[in-house]
Amino acid sequence: MQTTHPGPSREPISLSFPRIIPRPKSEYGIWSWISTVDHKRIGTLYAVTSFFWFLVGGIEALLMRVQLSQADSTLIDPEMFNQLFTMHGTTMVFLVVMPLSAAFFNWLIPLQIGARDVAFPRLNALSFWIFLFGSLFLNFSWLIGDAPNGGWFGYAPNSHVAFNPTNGMNFWVIGLNILGVASIAAGLNFIVTILNMRAPGMSLTKMPVFTWMTFVTSVLIVLALPVLTVALIQLQVDRLYGTHFYNTAAGGDPVLWQHVFWLFGHPEVYILILPAMGIVSEILPVFSRKPLFGYSFLVFAGVAIGFMGWFVWSHHMFTVGLGPAANSAFAISTMAIAIPTGIKIFNWIGTMWGGSIRFSTAMLFAISFIAMFTIGGLSGVMHASVPSDAQQQDTYFVVAHFHYVLFGGAIMAIFGGIYFWWPKTTGYMLSEKLGIINWLIMLIGFNLQFAPQHWLGLDGMPRRIFTYAENMGWENTNMIASAGGFLMAFSVLLFMINVVYSARKRVPAGDDPWDGRTLEWSISSPPPHYNFEKIPNVEHRDDFWFTKHPELIAEYYHDEHSGELTAPSGAQFDDDVAEEEDEHSEEHHGDDEHGHGGIHLPDMSYYPIILAAGLTIVGAGLMTAVPVIVIGTIVLLWGLLGWSFEPVNDPVPDSH
Amino acid sequence: MAAATGTYEIKNEHGEVINTSTGLSNKKLLMWSFLGSDVMFFGSFIATYLVYRNRSLVGPYPADILDIPITSVSTFVLLMSSLAMVLALSYIQQGRQKMGTFWIFSVVVLGAIFLLFQVYEFNHFGQVGLTPRTNLFGTTFFILTGLHGAHVTLGVLWLIFLGFGSIKGSLRADNAIDLEIAGLYWHFVDIVWIVIFTVIYLISARDVGPPG
Repeated sequence: MQTTHPGPSREPISLSFPRIIPRPKSEYGIWSWISTVDHKRIGTLYAVTSFFWFLVGGIEALLMRVQLSQADSTLIDPEMFNQLFTMHGTTMVFLVVMPLSAAFFNWLIPLQIGARDVAFPRLNALSFWIFLFGSLFLNFSWLIGDAPNGGWFGYAPNSHVAFNPTNGMNFWVIGLNILGVASIAAGLNFIVTILNMRAPGMSLTKMPVFTWMTFVTSVLIVLALPVLTVALIQLQVDRLYGTHFYNTAAGGDPVLWQHVFWLFGHPEVYILILPAMGIVSEILPVFSRKPLFGYSFLVFAGVAIGFMGWFVWSHHMFTVGLGPAANSAFAISTMAIAIPTGIKIFNWIGTMWGGSIRFSTAMLFAISFIAMFTIGGLSGVMHASVPSDAQQQDTYFVVAHFHYVLFGGAIMAIFGGIYFWWPKTTGYMLSEKLGIINWLIMLIGFNLQFAPQHWLGLDGMPRRIFTYAENMGWENTNMIASAGGFLMAFSVLLFMINVVYSARKRVPAGDDPWDGRTLEWSISSPPPHYNFEKIPNVEHRDDFWFTKHPELIAEYYHDEHSGELTAPSGAQFDDDVAEEEDEHSEEHHGDDEHGHGGIHLPDMSYYPIILAAGLTIVGAGLMTAVPVIVIGTIVLLWGLLGWSFEPVNDPVPDSH
Repeated sequence: MAAATGTYEIKNEHGEVINTSTGLSNKKLLMWSFLGSDVMFFGSFIATYLVYRNRSLVGPYPADILDIPITSVSTFVLLMSSLAMVLALSYIQQGRQKMGTFWIFSVVVLGAIFLLFQVYEFNHFGQVGLTPRTNLFGTTFFILTGLHGAHVTLGVLWLIFLGFGSIKGSLRADNAIDLEIAGLYWHFVDIVWIVIFTVIYLISARDVGPPG
């Protein structure tokens, strides 16, 4: 990625790489999307792709619900059922919630911190294309009738060749490794962007909470995904080349897989939920018309969750037999992580308390996030108790728990975020009427599907079984759950109708339809290519809102003269530093566009997609034949070298 | 932390002034973050090696096969390459192009020597009957040191690229940051080797099969 290309100030240097495809210039048409490096377009690509996989994962879930709606059903055979629940879990975790969050990161982070793009625009494009190709690679397994079937956790040695000789788990192992590269690259990019690209005056304690949660999530991604990569590489070399990491006949240890996988797997849970918490923390203050309650607590609680999330992984393994000492330690740490989570819930409620609340669709989704997530969190604390967990392990109780957290939590918040930021990203309003119906049906359908599963689980219905006997007494409850599943599907259909409606009706949104607080609402909808004509200078938290309502600054910030503390949100914490900073930023406020006289945006590039294609071809080659690996490597090197020699901006004739 | 508010000016490789909130260049911050990620990568493999210590069911065991003196030599070579890296960066930063180029290629040569040692070692182990498929020691040893070797190889290729840049004049004092981040990577890979050398060669050199 190092650039050794000539700068405009130096004499031409002969290092170059032959261009096979000319650099794209047009801003319209399909090629402009393929070669885009604009964070907003990449965000849109993420959103569209992951919504497509959301539908695929939803169809997989519905098939399972149809199968389970009756006892002794023979619609789907056990092998197909294994493939369905494996791919449903894998899809929803890696192809839906993570990339949907990435869509929000891409769209919003530069806008919220007052930047023109992310720190590494081409790397950002690379992340998306690797994600796209990796997701296609993983799902290609359906087409050859050999989808992964070992669960989203892929427990070895069950996923080992000896017990699982088909190609399905190879697709899973290689596909997830490809996706892991995309996630790590994106995580690195957002860490650097958030740390380094903030507008003048925006200290860490003035960043919007969504930006904060994105930062914590990115750190988790960067540290947790390599652990998954290691587990996958170990399983991959075992399966493809006959090594012994998880070969029990040679002394391989099945518990090691669980440790390595869940050491990744639990931080992953927070990777899924923290962005949702960030989204909710943006929606609630706007529609309560007051600043977030306890900003500092909320942020520190998020950081604490990100930190403590590393010390709880063995609660997935309470029934393995690690012994009372290990079980107790992990039970305590798991219960402890409920504390920062509880702090957040109180903060959100405190934000609404005393506010004049507008019940828009986004707000309704955000409020139901709090309620559903709290239910899921409470059943989670039940699992933290080892004897209780021993009863619940591998039952539908666990299924109910994590769907309350991940659907009632993450997906609800994401839908709220979509309704909230849709006007900003498209320039048009979604219908609030349809939106509220969408919300209501989704909430009812969701609870109809997953609340009964608590009872099923406590009654002993195991997970991952393709059917159950007639005399178990589970038919009615399962039928209700399946009906709830179809209601949820209907609510998603309503959302799509709403999208079409918005595109047809084209009700203009204006720059700031909700009386927003953060910087993205200060620019036009949709934002111009360059985001900010002039990089804003930030003085307060919620700077844009206080710009609109200067009379409220005194109410919410520490009053110097009376010495009274009126701030509800720990504002005194950075008020002292704010003064110093103001002096600092003052000096540079007048600087004209970063000192080089115009808005510079990176040119478009084909190399990210070429590099991503090369990587995926290498992955496919690992499963098939050496020549494919060679071809993939050549494509990969083409992308890499072309990228290295390509200047971010082609020299413009007659400039400089 | 609060003082970091976008007021630092640094120069990019074109000599243009850009503002960053931390005063570090984006590239350097990216490399540090990536190295944090790589710590987890190697950490997990090293942990796997430690978990599987003394658990191979058949030989050859580490005590039968590891040769500490030879590996000490290759370790020394790799450590010296870090010294060369420091000198290379220093000369490039001072604008002493020829010395810089010399030391960059010294790093390349020393890295290549280390890799040749590894090729020899892998070959030799194969001849005396230890492959990744032999036992748990073979599996964990080859995958861990092999992935480290892959990191070194990547570093060598990167430095060759930069070395030619230095000859051609596209790597100079004003964009020495490109060499600096390659140096960060190189030193990191060195440090990982120190851990691997300690864990595999020094600590477990007398390991045999499982007790009993």
